Amino acid sequence: MRVRVLFFASFRDAAGRAEETRDLPVGSRLVDLWAALSRELPHFAKFAAAPPAAVNCEYVLLETPLAEGDEVAFLPPVAGG
Amino acid sequence: MFLTRNPIDLAALVVGARPKDGAVCLFVGVVRNESGGRETVAIEYEAYGPMAESEMTRIAAGVSNEWPGARLSVVHRIGRLGVGEASVAVLATAPHREEAFAACRAAIDRIKKTVPIWKKEIHSDGTSEWVDPTKTVNARV
Repeated sequence: MRVRVLFFASFRDAAGRAEETRDLPVGSRLVDLWAALSRELPHFAKFAAAPPAAVNCEYVLLETPLAEGDEVAFLPPVAGG
Repeated sequence: MFLTRNPIDLAALVVGARPKDGAVCLFVGVVRNESGGRETVAIEYEAYGPMAESEMTRIAAGVSNEWPGARLSVVHRIGRLGVGEASVAVLATAPHREEAFAACRAAIDRIKKTVPIWKKEIHSDGTSEWVDPTKTVNARV
């Protein structure tokens, strides 16, 4: 299945791109996607645990299973205001 | 509850009070000229647009629910802002001031915690860095 992954702020800088489409095995969870990203991107490997994440614009738990067409974003520490 | 790339129109926000409102409480966050002892000349704000707007709307609804009678309007600006420019405005109106103050305070506190917006401080020496409130020494950003 394919999901769209978005990168913002420091994560975009680290990834060198704002978004990508990624093929994942059916049944993959958010935490599996984070593990894959951590293997590829040294910046992400530095994190002790996966950061907060959103699927289709809502905060969700890392155990959440992903589905075809999901829009996924791992979020750096927010700093609005 | 929306994002804008243009200067925030504070006067237009305040006009939104209802006839039953006796109190209008407005919080405005503005770009400060220093952070942690370093001079700041500008801040670049970035948002996960659709999620930021839905999260601000969710927060406003939650606050209105907790302080019945209070109504919220929230605007956050994105893009590059100079010192003194308004980055966020939270307007709370209510029949009485207690609810207006409390709702306004609760809304801005929650917005800072969960709305997916990021800021990069631009320093006078040309360097810049993404602000990480979880690592800020005085935890006040």
